[in-house]
Amino acid sequence: MTEETKAPAPSGDRPSRPFGERSGGDRPRFGGGGGGGRSGPGGPPREGGRKFFRRKKVCKFCTEKIADINYKDYRLLGQFVAESGKIVPRRLTGVCSPHQHRLASAIKQARNIALLPFAGRAS
Amino acid sequence: MNRTYELMFIVRPDMADEDLEKLISNLEATVTSAAGSIKSVDRMGKRRLAYMVRKFREGVYILMTIEGAGTVIHELERRLRVTEPVIKFLTVRIDEEQKRLEKIKKLRDAKKKVSAQPAAPAEEAAPPAEETPATA
Repeated sequence: MTEETKAPAPSGDRPSRPFGERSGGDRPRFGGGGGGGRSGPGGPPREGGRKFFRRKKVCKFCTEKIADINYKDYRLLGQFVAESGKIVPRRLTGVCSPHQHRLASAIKQARNIALLPFAGRAS
Repeated sequence: MNRTYELMFIVRPDMADEDLEKLISNLEATVTSAAGSIKSVDRMGKRRLAYMVRKFREGVYILMTIEGAGTVIHELERRLRVTEPVIKFLTVRIDEEQKRLEKIKKLRDAKKKVSAQPAAPAEEAAPPAEETPATA
């Protein structure tokens, strides 16, 4: 979708280039408007550039409709704890803000009662 | 002011069963004497601890649901602190959370009914036959 919308824009503008300015000033404008900031200046290279796309992360608790996040459910909580015992930030897991809030407090309660480790693997 | 609490505590793994029963009945007596009530006692069994607690690597988990005022918990926690075989405990108030969950459940049930209703009036001739596929 973005490739298609991006392609006509430079081609439609090219005939008008001789009349207008050819300075680099209007190129960032297209980059910002059409393709977002991800592709650099220059037409052809960005066609063969980054092909992979990032999957949209979704909140596990919203999609699976897990209503209660309980400290006793250490198996569920363990999915959101890193190998080192840290709580994984939601920019990595995709958990939404209200659920991350509950998750964090549940993990802290579970740590308190020795269901989850404070640091390191459960020994 | 009646509230519902959940008390989880860990006793040392080398404790005899009869001692554990005695401890639990003692706690129950403490709660009832402080005008509270015990709703359930769940012996979750021996489990490996996530970290060392008082030089123990495993412990016996026990979960209690208690109803009563905050003073009950205050007294109970004081007792647990001086009870030697109890190595760790955690009290959590759960009535607010239960209320929230019930609300969510009610909301979801209402939504389910709304989505099921449009199908039902269309074929009023055979509602019981129509109901079974909807729930399945």
